[in-house]
Amino acid sequence: MVLLLQYTLLFASVLILVALGGCFSEHSGVINLGLEGIMVMGALGGALTLKYISPNTPALVIVLAVLFASIICGVVYSTLLAVACINLKADQTLVGTALNMLAAAAATVIVKSINIAENPDNVSSTVQYVQTKKALVVSIGSFQFNWFMLVALILLICAYVILYKTKFGLRLMACGEHPQAADSVGINVYKMRWAGVLISGMLAGIGGIVYITAGVSEWKFEVGVAGFGFLSLAVMIFGQWKPLNIGLAALLFGFFRALSNVYSGFDFLAALNIPGSVYNMMPYIISLVVLAFTSANSRAPKAEGIPYDKGSR
Amino acid sequence: MTGQEKNKKSGGLLSNPAVQSILAALLCIVIGLLVGYIALLIINPGGATNAIITILKNYFTYPSKQAAMKYLGNTLVKAAPLLMCALSIQFCYQAGLFNIGAAGQYVAGAGAALFCALQLKLAWPVCLLAALIAGGVFGIIVGILKSYLNVNEVISGIMLNWIGLYTVNMLLSGVKETASPYTVQIASVNKSALLPSLGMEKLFTNNKYVTIAIPLAVIIAIVLKIVLSMTVFGYEIKATGIAKDAAKYSGMKEKKNIILTLFIGGALAGLGAAFLFLTGYEQWSVTQSSVPGMGFNGIAATFLGGLDPIGTIFASYFIQHITSGGSYLDKNIYPSQISDFISAIIIYLCGFVLFFKLYLNSYLSRRQERDKNKTVASTNKEEGGNK
Repeated sequence: MVLLLQYTLLFASVLILVALGGCFSEHSGVINLGLEGIMVMGALGGALTLKYISPNTPALVIVLAVLFASIICGVVYSTLLAVACINLKADQTLVGTALNMLAAAAATVIVKSINIAENPDNVSSTVQYVQTKKALVVSIGSFQFNWFMLVALILLICAYVILYKTKFGLRLMACGEHPQAADSVGINVYKMRWAGVLISGMLAGIGGIVYITAGVSEWKFEVGVAGFGFLSLAVMIFGQWKPLNIGLAALLFGFFRALSNVYSGFDFLAALNIPGSVYNMMPYIISLVVLAFTSANSRAPKAEGIPYDKGSR
Repeated sequence: MTGQEKNKKSGGLLSNPAVQSILAALLCIVIGLLVGYIALLIINPGGATNAIITILKNYFTYPSKQAAMKYLGNTLVKAAPLLMCALSIQFCYQAGLFNIGAAGQYVAGAGAALFCALQLKLAWPVCLLAALIAGGVFGIIVGILKSYLNVNEVISGIMLNWIGLYTVNMLLSGVKETASPYTVQIASVNKSALLPSLGMEKLFTNNKYVTIAIPLAVIIAIVLKIVLSMTVFGYEIKATGIAKDAAKYSGMKEKKNIILTLFIGGALAGLGAAFLFLTGYEQWSVTQSSVPGMGFNGIAATFLGGLDPIGTIFASYFIQHITSGGSYLDKNIYPSQISDFISAIIIYLCGFVLFFKLYLNSYLSRRQERDKNKTVASTNKEEGGNK
């Protein structure tokens, strides 16, 4: 039971972070379908930091260094989306998809090259961080508290305050609803959209490292992040683009994802003898059902997905 | 005067949309390869030039013509399903739908084809039909969610990719080899499910995997080209893609068209999977935990092909050519995924194609304007002289 709670909170943290990323980007008017790819890049930055940092470093330093590396990787990678979608007015769906594929390929190439350089016979795409990963968790009884849970909670509150209580947040949302109107009162729409995308890069980058350190101490980069970027988008839509609703939606989805990790530990679930694949499918089926019921009256930002052109009305 | 005429002519050629598409595709390829080359240089500067040449040469690395033909056959065997996935995405894109679910429809098709072939022991035409229907059903689900419930087709497509993967893993776990996670060889249990070759294997040094799938895929591409450019249905699909509300207003059933488009798209991808798995070239691993990349590579081929079925044929071949070429790299120096990396860069660059065309057109029209002004000025001068 404790294990289920622990994994639920962990996966919910990932979903909260990444969904908030999507939320910032979409409120500024850019659909970020590249979240999955940004997660992979953030995960790569964090994992390499964990690999190379000395296990004797104080735990706090390790946590901060990992966070910093993931944020940098996520933000840098998201500039590719920003340049293409905001300045060059490219198709946002296409660019997002390209970023997902690029991240998977690039991360595999980078990790493999590092592994090969260390040992020519090691052609795997796995990064190990057994020792340093221990710095990320604190055991409270049998519950393993992960610092990233706290980070997710803090950022959730920050997101709420920034979006609804600050000038910046309200302006950002104006750019996603009616960019022409925002422009007419002197808001730089391009700058605001850049800000939205970069923030989403930052949050998705953190989400990536949280995902790959959840429960395991090594990661095979060939598998990417298993559609979590898209699950987060489903969470965002279910949460109606509002931070607090996103938090609740993430808990629900996190629960079903956690179930597939720990179902064998419950006697009555194990007794049902349902194949593991069914549990693996659960989060995706749930999100499909949820999307079917919530998309019809969606409160998506009105101008999302449409490149802003100063000249058009 | 002649110089000016020539200028106008070359402007005319450049302003031809087909020429622009080809130019843009070539530019994407060149830049993609360049970035790939730089990556190779960073990994290991010594062999980078050889490595990029290896990728480009693919089967030509074999000195004997027979061996080269045989491995050309292998590349074609994998290019056929890639072409089908690309056509699926291309067809749906005409209706304004981004069918990223092609990957899942491909998986569904593979599951259905292999289940019919191995479990039910049916003949190949039935297996093909089953794959077509399975892929189509996956497409229809996305279509219904999109048209009636306003679910973004990209997100529902991705969800179905994973649902499809785990379902097929479950479905096929009954027909796997006892010692490995792979499904049993079709040739060993049910030869009638293998696609016929019609003597084509002779052309490719007895490569038994070369089957009717390859010409069929090309024929389907041509049929799609005709459907899109010459039929009412094709016109309606394109109209729905360009302006959904206008299409609805002029009496087209846009909901029906969306669902039908995604059914066809799904059927194409499903059929593509059957085109690969019913040759016996590959076996399905029931423990795989990531969706096969074929559907995603199809996106690269579609956009590189300039969103045209005929262009897609060549683009699919090219993408598969470099993907196969990547496997010839020395694994202890370079990761073979460098090919995927190059394809991904190419797709990213394809996002700029529209921008490139806009820029080119505005440049051309500016130049034309300037030329026109010049001729007007010179004729004015002549007239002035006459007076």
